Amino acid sequence: MTEPTLVVRELVVRFAVHGSGRWLRAVDGVSFTLERGETLGVVGESGSGKSTIARALVRLGPAATGAAWFRGANLLDLEGARLRAMREHLQIVFQDPLGSLDPRMRVGAILEEPLREFRPELGRAARRDAALAMLERVGLRAADLQRFPHEFSGGQAQRVGIARALMLKSELLVCDEPISALDVSIKSQIANLLKDLQQELNLSVLFIAHDLAAVRFSCDRILVLYLGRVMEIGSRSALFEAPRHPYTRALLQSVPIADPALARARRLVPLSGEIPSPLSPPSGCVFRTRCPVAEPRCADAAPPLRRVGASDVACHRAEEL
Amino acid sequence: MSAAPLLTVRDLCVSYRADRGALHALNGVSLDLAPGEFLGIVGESGSGKTQLLLAMLGLSAPGARLRGSIRYRGRELIAAGERALSSLRGARIAMIFQDPMTALNPYLTIGTQLTEGVRHHLGLSRAAAYRRAIDMLDAVHIAEPQRRFGQHPHELSGGMRQRIVIAMALILEPDIVLADEPTTALDVTVQAQILALLHELRARTRAAIVLVTHDLGVIAEVADRVLVMYAGRVVEQADALRLFARVRHPYTEGLRRSIPALSGPLPARLPCIGGNPPDPAALPPGCAFASRCAYVFERCHTTPPPLTVREPGHESACYHEGPLGSVLLR
Repeated sequence: MTEPTLVVRELVVRFAVHGSGRWLRAVDGVSFTLERGETLGVVGESGSGKSTIARALVRLGPAATGAAWFRGANLLDLEGARLRAMREHLQIVFQDPLGSLDPRMRVGAILEEPLREFRPELGRAARRDAALAMLERVGLRAADLQRFPHEFSGGQAQRVGIARALMLKSELLVCDEPISALDVSIKSQIANLLKDLQQELNLSVLFIAHDLAAVRFSCDRILVLYLGRVMEIGSRSALFEAPRHPYTRALLQSVPIADPALARARRLVPLSGEIPSPLSPPSGCVFRTRCPVAEPRCADAAPPLRRVGASDVACHRAEEL
Repeated sequence: MSAAPLLTVRDLCVSYRADRGALHALNGVSLDLAPGEFLGIVGESGSGKTQLLLAMLGLSAPGARLRGSIRYRGRELIAAGERALSSLRGARIAMIFQDPMTALNPYLTIGTQLTEGVRHHLGLSRAAAYRRAIDMLDAVHIAEPQRRFGQHPHELSGGMRQRIVIAMALILEPDIVLADEPTTALDVTVQAQILALLHELRARTRAAIVLVTHDLGVIAEVADRVLVMYAGRVVEQADALRLFARVRHPYTEGLRRSIPALSGPLPARLPCIGGNPPDPAALPPGCAFASRCAYVFERCHTTPPPLTVREPGHESACYHEGPLGSVLLR
């Protein structure tokens, strides 16, 4: 077995609450492993901390504690030249495809920029050839090198964003909601493209998303996050066919079914209330205030993540469910 | 459908002048809305679904050119003056917007925003308006309504804000509630709560609801009847059960198949609709979907197919009449 690409241990990300002297824990002790060539999905409601994890790993967020081992170094400790050098191997695709491209740069320049930084030995022609090859690989045309981001539709701009992230053939790709902002008929095009590229380049991908159906298609394993803590981690089949955590179950049951006969037969509201404020998380299990099967003991102690069946689950009652 | 329609739209066209020429947002949309009906409109960005709702409220952006007819209980709205429209707006035809944060005024309390309409339209006293607002907050299942009445929008969660926006839309007991992607900004668990609430309120108020969304799943959960829009036209419409039992238009079928399933076998690749929706400033002369369609005929490129009855209660705007097989998508 080869070594994992990324090992995250007890990741904690805190934000200072303006003017109060208090701290808010957006991510509170998250651990996971990303194997080589694997796509790991991170799902959860807004406020669960999933984008905060993505930003902490690519070092675009506030300081984090814990460890994130990648290529023999702790990503969270790197500074200056060593951090800059690490970026060659670690890239991100953002949610908003147009907002993440510099509006004043032509697509050609956008794609060549990583090469100018990290492949100074390449001449102008070699850079242009590499940009063109990647552009064509993501389904755009040579003429598009001359165009500006605003001339593209959302789906096309996201293709540019993906091409930029792959120019250096980085081994770890963090995708923060890469298809959420796209139109329905475009989402599946981009999901297919990402999967093809992941396989071709043997990329290790951290795939942040809230769309469970998209995650099922794109990911090998899935991590379910709630209020900054891991509720369940398991393989795609374990998680979708035999979810153990009541939160995972509720998320799955909340997805609308595109079949009116089935939808009408079930018509239910799986979860009441909303995710609590991370300023005052519930005691014990953070999910207990919305959990349909919570017991008194859930308020006393946070359940540790432990192996139940084929998944790792943080629930006192995982065996019974 | 024997009751007279509450709202009829006929051949509605909306266009805007832009640097690149005229932008055609709606290109001949017709529909009837029956009292108490739950109509779902599906479409992607640029399909014209929001433009249709705004036209029904007389809120098209300045510079919009409207042609055709929109009648509410027989009264023509397109040429109606601002006074006539504002007496309908909110009172008879209300709107629920997508983003509850921007639909609410951050400076005003929930109570002020909820009672503004009843005091203006019905001339209720402060005390009567307060009672009505508290009842309405109760109806949308806001806990501690008296406390919430005095709070500002930022003190509430996203789901609660959307409940407030719904309460504001319903407080005048309108005949028609227009909802533009009312759950798109919400998490799935909260979306399920809001859809259940809309269902419950519809049964209680008898208001007709027009819900616009890009999500076929949301439509399947709540709509009695479905209208599918593409490039400013209605391409398919039917009763929800009938539509999902047998989709007739290649675009609708493409949408349906491109949604990955939550269970069952996983395909190696997702079926997709290739290409992109057309530019509203440069619509093709024929069917706007032709360049992305696997069932394309010669005449699709020259003459747009009219919306035609395929079986009672099911209309499709497509020359292809046979079944939609697996070759649908490229």
